[in-house]
Amino acid sequence: MDPSNNKSGRKYVLSRRMDRIFIELASIYAFIARFFKEVFVPPYEFREIIRQCYEVGVRSLPLISLTGFIIGIVFTNQSRPSLADLGATALLPALISVAIVRAMAPLVTALIASGRVGSGIGAELGSMRVTEQIDAMEVSATNPFKFLVVSRVLATTLMIPALTMYTTFVALMGGFVNVSQNELTSLTTFFTQVFDAITFLDIISSSVKSVIFGFTIGMVGCYKGYNSSKGTEGVGKAANSAVVTAMFLIFIEELLILQIVNAIRGI
Amino acid sequence: MKVLNPKIDRSNKVISIQGLKKAFDDFEVLKGVDLDLYQGENLVVLGRSGTGKSVLIKIIAGLLRPDEGVINVLGQEVDKLTPKELDRLRLKIGFSFQNSALYDSMTVYENLEFPLVRHMKELSKADRDRSIEEVLEAVGLSQSINQMPSELSGGQRKRIGIARTLILRPEIMLYDEPTAGLDPITCLDINNLINEVQRRFNTSSIIITHDLTCARAVGDRVVMLLDGQFQREGTFDEVFSTQDERVKAFYNYNFID
Repeated sequence: MDPSNNKSGRKYVLSRRMDRIFIELASIYAFIARFFKEVFVPPYEFREIIRQCYEVGVRSLPLISLTGFIIGIVFTNQSRPSLADLGATALLPALISVAIVRAMAPLVTALIASGRVGSGIGAELGSMRVTEQIDAMEVSATNPFKFLVVSRVLATTLMIPALTMYTTFVALMGGFVNVSQNELTSLTTFFTQVFDAITFLDIISSSVKSVIFGFTIGMVGCYKGYNSSKGTEGVGKAANSAVVTAMFLIFIEELLILQIVNAIRGI
Repeated sequence: MKVLNPKIDRSNKVISIQGLKKAFDDFEVLKGVDLDLYQGENLVVLGRSGTGKSVLIKIIAGLLRPDEGVINVLGQEVDKLTPKELDRLRLKIGFSFQNSALYDSMTVYENLEFPLVRHMKELSKADRDRSIEEVLEAVGLSQSINQMPSELSGGQRKRIGIARTLILRPEIMLYDEPTAGLDPITCLDINNLINEVQRRFNTSSIIITHDLTCARAVGDRVVMLLDGQFQREGTFDEVFSTQDERVKAFYNYNFID
């Protein structure tokens, strides 16, 4: 008899599902704990960290540049009618800067990176797992966790904040192009208004947020790839799951950090 | 048929396994395996797919933990070692994977350099290059040094995989299905290479296979894994001189009598 057809059977199925969830949570905890244990212990894989920084940072620049610039233009264009109704188009640079620095640049950069970098890490490590490359590293007395996971998580944690700063600049330039065409504002005036509108707390919270997003993207991609199984199907699942999970976590983190920053602001 | 290696030292066990048991969920793969490997010997483990042959060598290399049993490698009990001790032991073990497991983001040169950079830091670049050239020459692929793994054939990948394990001069070689998926001529090349490695580097080896041509060509001794235990042991001819239908079926399928 199918155990799920009666009451005790349903309890049994539910209990097994709960078991799986708790085992997964314990496994995630152990993975994160191992990262913090290994990140400070030599030998340090500097060459691999630099290679990964290049992969995450430099290779993301074209996509980030295009997306950031377009977002700056579109956001400015969409905001203008509302401000024009109030006769406040002069506030456009301030509005753009607050929106981009506080929320849009960190969020857009993280979402693009989770799509480009997170899925890449998930697929690469997943493929290495199913083709026994990770086992090969282990039997040759090289710590695969340190070489593959620590280097990638460090790279995303360092590079996403740098990319966020770059996105902020590019998006503001996009906003300036739109503002200068419509309001005939000069670059100096535009950036004076931009810097007047943002505070030290905005910059700090944006930087901290992007560090957390970077850590999340690297950690999720590595966890999904490192623990993938079931052949090539598992590689696809690892890549897909790395993106979906990272994006979901990024939105949750955004919400939590927003609450904390608002509490600091006294809102 | 292989000529028995005269350098085998029967008084020196490099691997000794007693009562090894391993199960995955409810499926018991190894049900109390006992095995000895002597210095200088090529031991072939035969068996059908899914009988736990690869599990056996992964336990020896410390990639899997046994449920029960004692696994002694070069005088050390594998599952009682600390991670650092296990790493030191692993430097004396070469593991050739079924699918070669070459790092596909690295060239052949980088694949071979990878273990050297980590474990022989005292070597200069010139010394490293010399070691790489030497193992590539031993496996007959000096011309492939700058190629990516994706540009190599299956047989070439196997050879580079073996070269990568040889570069640290291991005392024990573990071959997981060395001839799987290769054409008969390439299989012959790989069999010759396994014997050449034994002669030239004085290694003791366990060769996991279900290819009887390979078993006959490389094995000084053959054991057959059936139903989670070793049922037959001896030279190739001794193992197959039996009325056991399971063993006869295995032989007939391979050689199509």
